[in-house]
Amino acid sequence: MKTITKLWMLIIILIILAPLGLILPEYFKAGSAWGEWGIDEIRQLAGYVPMGLEKLASLWNAPMPDYAFKNWEKKPLPAMGIAYIISAAAGVLIVVVVILIIGKLLAKKE
Amino acid sequence: MVRGIQDSQKTLKSRQVPYLAFSASFVFIIMMFNIPIPGGSTGHAVGGTLVAILVGPWAAMIAITVALVIQALLFGDGGVTAIGANCFNMAFVLPFAGYYIYRIISIGSPKGSMRRAIGGAIGSYFGMSIAALFTGIEFGLQPILYHAADGRSLYCPYALNVAVPMMLSGHIFLFGWIEAVATFLVIKYLQKEDPSVIL
Repeated sequence: MKTITKLWMLIIILIILAPLGLILPEYFKAGSAWGEWGIDEIRQLAGYVPMGLEKLASLWNAPMPDYAFKNWEKKPLPAMGIAYIISAAAGVLIVVVVILIIGKLLAKKE
Repeated sequence: MVRGIQDSQKTLKSRQVPYLAFSASFVFIIMMFNIPIPGGSTGHAVGGTLVAILVGPWAAMIAITVALVIQALLFGDGGVTAIGANCFNMAFVLPFAGYYIYRIISIGSPKGSMRRAIGGAIGSYFGMSIAALFTGIEFGLQPILYHAADGRSLYCPYALNVAVPMMLSGHIFLFGWIEAVATFLVIKYLQKEDPSVIL
């Protein structure tokens, strides 16, 4: 098997294992990465919502916020895990398509 | 960024595009593995140094940028207004610092050597730590630069004395090590499979 094929198998394994990145923080009751808080989180931490952030927060609405489907915040953990895997697979697929387009534009043929 | 595109036009060969696609995918997926740390916060590895060792630092910059932009636009992770800062830290500072540390350690050693695998691990560790230091400084400068009339910060509520230690500690004690181990294992594996794919 070619090396690159094996590397893609690594990606597939990582996609399947991805929910660990959701379950572990949940288990230890850990929130966002430092500095990546949502508006509610920052209100709890700092005691106020910085005005500039409040304004910018509504600038963009991601189609799959936090690697889940819209309005899925209150779903049980197994459902979130499945959404996480679907997000991982969709994200990788889109990344690959974008890179192939960039590759077509930049790479020289041999 | 422009320099990265120009360099890639010169050096990126069509047979490397699959590796570029793998690199961007790897960075995207590895950043989904949130790791909890004491204090209620989380962090993640990036894979930036490994990717730079595979495709070179300029192409790595493009791969990591693509991963970060898609992460922000589609999944609201990292944030659209933070793309610039995130790319500077994780797509520029990290792969360049990590890659050149790796190259210096690997001088004169064959591609299959243990020194290269260890060099990759050390490069990864310091690449992460240096990028985290930059990120902490950027966060900590915000309350100094941008605050409302009442003195409250417009963006990051924490100053340098909190932001830098917070960013550094997580990366020095945990995320940097995870990045180093991941790089070490993948390089070890590639050396066994086909040493010609690493730079």
